[in-house]
Amino acid sequence: MSLLSARNLRKRYGDTEVVRGLDLDIQAGECFGLIGPNGAGKTTTLKMLLGLIAPDDGSIEILGEPVPLRGREARLRIGVVPQMDNLDPDFSVRENLLVYGRYFGIADSVIRARIPALLEFAGLTSKENARITTLSGGMKRRLTLARALVNDPELIVLDEPTTGLDPQARHVIWQGLRRLISQGKTILLTTHFMEEAERLCDRLVILDHGTAIASGSPRDMIAAEIEPSVMEIYGETVADWGAQHGHALCERFEITGETLFCYTRDCDRVLDQLRAQHSLRYLHRPSNLEDVFLKFTGRELRD
Amino acid sequence: MNNRHNFAAPRLSLRFIPVWRRNFLVWKKLAGSSILGNLADPMLYMLGFGYGLGSLMPQVGGASYITFLAAGTVCYSTMNSATFEVLYSGFSRMHVQKTWDAILNAPLNLDDVMLAELTWGASKSLLSGIAILAVIWALGLQASWLLSLWVLPVVILIGLTFSAMGLVMTALSPSYDFFMYYFTLVITPMVLLCGVFYPVDRLPDFLQIASAFLPLSHAIDLVRPLILGNMPAHIAGHVAALLAWGGVSYWLAVGFTRRRLLT
Repeated sequence: MSLLSARNLRKRYGDTEVVRGLDLDIQAGECFGLIGPNGAGKTTTLKMLLGLIAPDDGSIEILGEPVPLRGREARLRIGVVPQMDNLDPDFSVRENLLVYGRYFGIADSVIRARIPALLEFAGLTSKENARITTLSGGMKRRLTLARALVNDPELIVLDEPTTGLDPQARHVIWQGLRRLISQGKTILLTTHFMEEAERLCDRLVILDHGTAIASGSPRDMIAAEIEPSVMEIYGETVADWGAQHGHALCERFEITGETLFCYTRDCDRVLDQLRAQHSLRYLHRPSNLEDVFLKFTGRELRD
Repeated sequence: MNNRHNFAAPRLSLRFIPVWRRNFLVWKKLAGSSILGNLADPMLYMLGFGYGLGSLMPQVGGASYITFLAAGTVCYSTMNSATFEVLYSGFSRMHVQKTWDAILNAPLNLDDVMLAELTWGASKSLLSGIAILAVIWALGLQASWLLSLWVLPVVILIGLTFSAMGLVMTALSPSYDFFMYYFTLVITPMVLLCGVFYPVDRLPDFLQIASAFLPLSHAIDLVRPLILGNMPAHIAGHVAALLAWGGVSYWLAVGFTRRRLLT
């Protein structure tokens, strides 16, 4: 039985259909990623799943509750980390947790008993009485994550949880999420950091223009869609190199600006060739989820 | 919420209470400046004009001018306090701080948040009404203790009515600047037309007719006799008018806010 299933979700704003017939299935205990470029429909999809906006068509069931009809009952058992921090600036760290717990109808005594563990989880024990305005961006994110756990949710929904954080803060959030996964929580996250999705997600879908264009585990998707090695080649003459050797040495190659991406199963031949080229710099790396993502969604800018 | 129309009847649920408590907790932290701004200001005007202008005047509407003005000020201050709260603070919670977004991710609905705003606006304005009433009692301006106590439920009704009206503006507002229209085009004319500072019968006929429809007139027609020691005339009519203004406004406010946030 899936913990979340959505069938044929559709949502239209004016002339644009931002979600176009999306199906989702999330199993209990997995970390599921919804990835896609800006404007792909990720946030709209999350809002529909949480029962905050009604889909124009389709059906949703989360934790056995039909949404949006029984969205309130579903949200009782869900924790949400929104894209933008919306902590209460007038409250201390502790008061933010207390007040948020009350929204779930949890007794003050129960919330107070949970707060030490939540603060410990967020690494904010020493900041218990600090005002929100004095916290760093990373601390605010961690507190938002802790706030989402105040109702001990079965499903945790995170909308771009690490956008705007420095690498240190990002790693701390990832660590926290892994801890939650090991405790058996189910996680649904959206992100446009492929590294994040690759590290955390058991399965994911790539969403573009409101539909799922690929899905699977990150490892399987990379194996199925992309050659195992990537040579990134930089230099002014990279286009000439591509014209001369690209077809012979690469299974596939793409040029953007002064960079050539050469996807190959036999990197030694490419490396031998490149060693003779003094005008080109290069980087050899294994293929990753970003390559899959760019293959499906293209390299042009999304605004 | 299943595809239902934005302007379906607002739903009432006790789930709003934690949101009301949230606002109360913020208020407790900032109570000092809040009390000074909301309560002291109208009080100073009332005392200044009441005694200053009042000394130049004979009786107004069958009472000393300060008593006449005090009854108007109870309503005026209640209206202002409710309006400021749901406009500026409400807009800040909805649009600037995104407090409502956080609440809506919990098992609360927008209708719960709106009910919390309505009752919170009325709660804060009750405080303003009580403060003016306390001054009236302290100065012994009321003709009858018992009748003046009846001002309290009327103040609650006034607070609810003007909170609901203000929430319509909050629902439609793109920014804080928008509220200036409401103050300049609605609140200020109402203060001048509805008998806060002088009896309505001093106005030209057509303005008196306009005045009779405005909610602040109905509020003052209830409160002033209670201070002057008379049973108000047409109680049911005035209460019904305030309920109608409040009810229709609340229905519109909830509808506009649903349209703004839930689609």
